[in-house]
Amino acid sequence: MELAYSDKEIAFQEEVRNFFTSNLPAETVNAVRSGSELTKKMMVEYHALLAKKGWLASTWPVEFGGPGWTPVERHIFEEEACRCYAPRTVPFGLAMLGPVLHKFGTKKQQDEILPRIISGEDWWCQGYSEPGAGSDLASLKTSAVRDGDDYIINGQKTWTTLGQHANKIFCLVRTKADGKPQAGISFILVDLDTPGIEMRPIRLIEGGHEVNEVFFTDVRVPVENLVGEENVGWTIAKYLLTHERTNIAGVGFSMQALEEIKALARKVQRGGKPQIEDPLFAARIAQVEIDLEAMKITNLRMLFKAQKQNGPGPETSILKIKGTLIGQELRDLARRVLGPSAAPFPGTITDGNLALAPANAANNAARYFNNRKTSIFGGSNEIQRNILTKTMLEL
Amino acid sequence: MNFDLTDDRRMLADTLNRYLADKYSAEHRANVAYDAPYHDPKKWAELVELGILFALAPEEAGGFGGSGFDISVVFEALGRANCPEPVLPALLAARLLISAGESLESLLSDEKHYAAALGEIDAPYDLSDIQTIAVANDGGHSLSGRKSAVYGGQIADIFLVAAKLDGKLALFEVQASDAQIETYGMIDGGGAAELLLDNTPARLVMNDAEAALQDAMNAGALAVCAEAIGLMDVTHDTTVDYMKIRQQFGKPIGTFQVLQHRAVDMLTEIEQARSIVIKAASELDGENASRYVSMAKNLVGRAARLNSEEAIQMHGGIAMTWEYPTSHYAKRLIMIDHQFGDTDFHLTRIMNDL
Repeated sequence: MELAYSDKEIAFQEEVRNFFTSNLPAETVNAVRSGSELTKKMMVEYHALLAKKGWLASTWPVEFGGPGWTPVERHIFEEEACRCYAPRTVPFGLAMLGPVLHKFGTKKQQDEILPRIISGEDWWCQGYSEPGAGSDLASLKTSAVRDGDDYIINGQKTWTTLGQHANKIFCLVRTKADGKPQAGISFILVDLDTPGIEMRPIRLIEGGHEVNEVFFTDVRVPVENLVGEENVGWTIAKYLLTHERTNIAGVGFSMQALEEIKALARKVQRGGKPQIEDPLFAARIAQVEIDLEAMKITNLRMLFKAQKQNGPGPETSILKIKGTLIGQELRDLARRVLGPSAAPFPGTITDGNLALAPANAANNAARYFNNRKTSIFGGSNEIQRNILTKTMLEL
Repeated sequence: MNFDLTDDRRMLADTLNRYLADKYSAEHRANVAYDAPYHDPKKWAELVELGILFALAPEEAGGFGGSGFDISVVFEALGRANCPEPVLPALLAARLLISAGESLESLLSDEKHYAAALGEIDAPYDLSDIQTIAVANDGGHSLSGRKSAVYGGQIADIFLVAAKLDGKLALFEVQASDAQIETYGMIDGGGAAELLLDNTPARLVMNDAEAALQDAMNAGALAVCAEAIGLMDVTHDTTVDYMKIRQQFGKPIGTFQVLQHRAVDMLTEIEQARSIVIKAASELDGENASRYVSMAKNLVGRAARLNSEEAIQMHGGIAMTWEYPTSHYAKRLIMIDHQFGDTDFHLTRIMNDL
């Protein structure tokens, strides 16, 4: 048992920290810190910054352009990125399609598509969920019917995150109508410029534009855009979801949130004392701090295990469940510590000098509402419990 | 970073787990844990033979362990068997004697049984509440007061007693033969004693003993937390196994999603508890020991209650019976919260340290 980082890991940690402190634009840091919507430009520039350093495709094997980091080094990178208020990398190409193509893609697909993810030429988005297929993803209906060398796609995808910035989408489509639903699904790559595709924004609870719905009407896609065999898309989908779940504990984000809440609670007064000395509030902070301290170790234990067995296992669902619950509790506290100052609708106070809350906290109510998504997306926490029931409890 | 046990600790864990699985069945445990002397002296001697006491002390004090991870390995194994043998009082005594620079020879050789008399009826958890008074006389000292729930006190030859001397906490040694002792069993098995001191002669072991006493409390809290991990692992496994075989409405109850998800939540909290115990063990000899022990004791207390109550609930009536071993695991899991500070006590400590 050795919880401390090795000398090599500490040196790496310093390298990452120095890189971020000297290279992140202040504007981006402020946007991340305050939880404002990031512009496309900020995200593209951030990807380019990391790509230039060779750090963008942090989970990819070296032969595909990855930096060859161990899971622990990847964790250190994420931790430092959070500490320095770096944005999250956009996951759809890097953390989802990339690993899928490494495992299931043809040589041609790997050679053509992967470099364009790193270079930023392509921005991928995800076409999984449908209005009638959320947790029961296998019931999806968007169809791809073979016509010569093409598929013709009809249907609707939804919750397509950052699709408004994307030029490509990977989709799960139905290629066989009869039999077991899982056995009739295929994984296909679609150019968003193809005629017959329409993307419409969905405005979220807090007012932001983060997700979209995508309509497909007689969209022609070449058969060579299929990843893997026809009708094995479900295997690919599950593989992708396991990868999506790594680093989903959000420990770094929660640590930052906790520090910011404490700083606010030391300043705000309640009955002549700082809010942090109010026993009911302090008890909630203390309990979530304890849970987060444990979560750090749980996360490291699972990384250590992934390092030993070459890949994440089903127990990462524990990280998703507990990590999102901790994150949501923190967002609740971050909202409450401001009292009425949390209430103004972001953007409606135009004179920054008259803002009720400090700039880094002005979005705290919006972030609370937005953060409710975390226990729903990526396989809802109830689906994670189903996965653990099967895999860990073998019930 | 490495989460594997060293080979030595792996061997220690294997040895203890094998011995306890072979020799300390649930039935045997139920036979010895609730009647005086509330443990099995023969099995105790065998555990000592296996080196369980030496694992609690470092080499310079005559042992081969003594670190946080040695303690957690030993007590997790004890927890798996829900073993009532008095290892905890030996651990507390070892920590106190080491801090005081005293010899551990009679403790480690099991020539004498020690018990640490720390808490009192009105001072169960916090050292600053202790009221037992020491006064100097005739070149020695005498103590007056009442020490409560002294673990292992039912078989102790020597008590290490915390008392106030000139307003400051000090540590004394009291011979069992010099004191009035009321011994009793515990609801979750094992034994303890009330130690009644009335101008009882005592040897001053250590002045200014607050840090040493806190260290012993920390080690004890870590030990029962690790014990809870062993208890929870077994309780959870047993519950999930039961869900596979128990049929109602024509199918195993484990097919009902409402129970499945609750069993997953039990598992999630066990993994969180395991993590914080690892953290506390790694910090036990560091300057933040009290902080991480408090975190562990709070989280383990919550996880233990969840696992205990859910195990009983999901078993239905059967885990309410004395005959079914899970009932005894469930009791121990709850009563651990009554040792070295409960969840609220330790949460308050973290609140004061935000």
